[in-house]
Amino acid sequence: MTARWLFGRLAGAIPVLVGISLILFMVIHLAPGGPMDVYADNPSVTPAALARIAEAYGLNQPLPVQYGRWLKAMIGGDWGYSIRTGRPVLTEVGEHLGPTLLLGGVAMVAALVLSVALGVVSAAQAGRWPDRVIGGFTLAGLSIPVFWLALVMQLGFSVGLGWLPSGGLQTIGVEAASDRLAHLVMPVTVLAIATTASWSRYIRAGMIAVLQQDYIRTAYAKGLGETTVLLRHALRNAIIPAVSIIALDLANVISGAVITEAIFSWPGIGSLFVQSMDGRDYPVLMGVLMMGSAAVILGNIAADLMQAVLDPRIRHD
Amino acid sequence: MTDRRIVTGLAILAAIMVACVFGPMLSPYRYDQQALDLLGRPLPPSAEHWLGTDELGRDVLTRLLNGGRISLAVGLVGALAATAFGTIVGALAGYFGGWTDRVLMRSTDVMLSIPALPLVLVIAGLVRPAPPLLVLLIAGLIWTAPARLVRADVRGLRTRDYVAAAVTLGAGPVRILARHIIPNTLGTIAVSATLAVGGAIMLESALSFLGFGVQPPTPTWGNLLNKAGPWLVSAPWLSLPPGLLIFLTILAVNLVGEGLQRRR
Repeated sequence: MTARWLFGRLAGAIPVLVGISLILFMVIHLAPGGPMDVYADNPSVTPAALARIAEAYGLNQPLPVQYGRWLKAMIGGDWGYSIRTGRPVLTEVGEHLGPTLLLGGVAMVAALVLSVALGVVSAAQAGRWPDRVIGGFTLAGLSIPVFWLALVMQLGFSVGLGWLPSGGLQTIGVEAASDRLAHLVMPVTVLAIATTASWSRYIRAGMIAVLQQDYIRTAYAKGLGETTVLLRHALRNAIIPAVSIIALDLANVISGAVITEAIFSWPGIGSLFVQSMDGRDYPVLMGVLMMGSAAVILGNIAADLMQAVLDPRIRHD
Repeated sequence: MTDRRIVTGLAILAAIMVACVFGPMLSPYRYDQQALDLLGRPLPPSAEHWLGTDELGRDVLTRLLNGGRISLAVGLVGALAATAFGTIVGALAGYFGGWTDRVLMRSTDVMLSIPALPLVLVIAGLVRPAPPLLVLLIAGLIWTAPARLVRADVRGLRTRDYVAAAVTLGAGPVRILARHIIPNTLGTIAVSATLAVGGAIMLESALSFLGFGVQPPTPTWGNLLNKAGPWLVSAPWLSLPPGLLIFLTILAVNLVGEGLQRRR
């Protein structure tokens, strides 16, 4: 039943992905400007050479033909070649995926741990000062623009205090783990702050609803300590509604880190996206966007699946 | 009894709005007025230029307040459009149920399952939209939240006796929705509208910060930050104020939203 449900959902995702690819393809190709603009100002590139380049990339074909070709090749595992660097799109995307997953993974783990802690404490102390202080922090975390926070942190910790490097994956020529770690601190903080604020609010709301139920009173009546009741009895149920939101946010890591990566010159998918946008590198843009779309759709399915795993009353048939 | 958060939030918002609307009128400078003798290097804050000047000798405070007009207008109009559209979709889906509900909610689900942010980034990045198109893009991205909230409310209200009474009296669906049901969901609509304002301002500034939103020389808080990037170290007075104003505005909006939510 669950296996069949999962298969159905995955099969249902295919037409959605094809639809998204069609929309993206049209938007990208119909927008003014194009990858050939780079050569337009170059006097040594003759019109004949321009036509040759256009033909080599199939840019002189009608749009539906171009789309059909792209789709067929994509399904066959050939994502095309970058117009900017001439390398295969799969290689480009693959090289940039690692840093994004590292940054996103560390940030999400940090956000999860922090938000559970903040949410539980907030709910247990609801209305008292720890709750208010945490509430103030999370409200600020939700309101602060990440790009500005990043600039302020660079100004403070890199320029002012000189404690942390202002960007990049590592110092060139240095292979120490401590150097990699130092480069992670600021991007991770910036990426995790809004997420922590939003997740901890969901967990707090879930905890408060659960803490009013009878079985919690029973647990206290049995003489269990507060920590046991909060973490073993309440949190398990309180986290169920938060899980679907967390799964969706996780899927957004690939596309959501665009701003953070751009500011901290982090060589991930987000930076690749911005560079490809500036260079009108259509094949790479399509590759990055399709991967981001697939991640969001998979995240949706994972969210539903996790609900069923955590709450046996929810069944998918 | 009025929530303290609502009062504080509204006060901050009012102060920022008044400053942005009237500030540029009182300023001795125009937002695009360059001072040729100051060209080349941003000047730190002084008695003539309270927040200093940028690299073209333009007064930062005047540009900041002018930028606020655009940022606030895009945020407010975008949120209004999103809330209005979401309310209509949610009300129709909730009231009629059946296949209307299925079709409308299915399309909201599809909207939620496509990666809307990259799509908007691509459109904005390739088209570089003027403010009206930008408003549409932003509204197109955030209307789903009000739609779902309003639908849930309307489904609950549809079965009330006074709705049945209105039906008996011969009132049509439009009249029932407009006169009897939607007025009772105004609380929900107000909360989702405030959340939408915060979301819209954040989105506009993020797009403009990446250079994909409103294009210079028209200043907005986002593109002021974008242009301030290279001067981060040598002229921090260019990058600190726009971000601080975005932060304060969204904080104020969220305070109001939280106060409204707690009161219901």
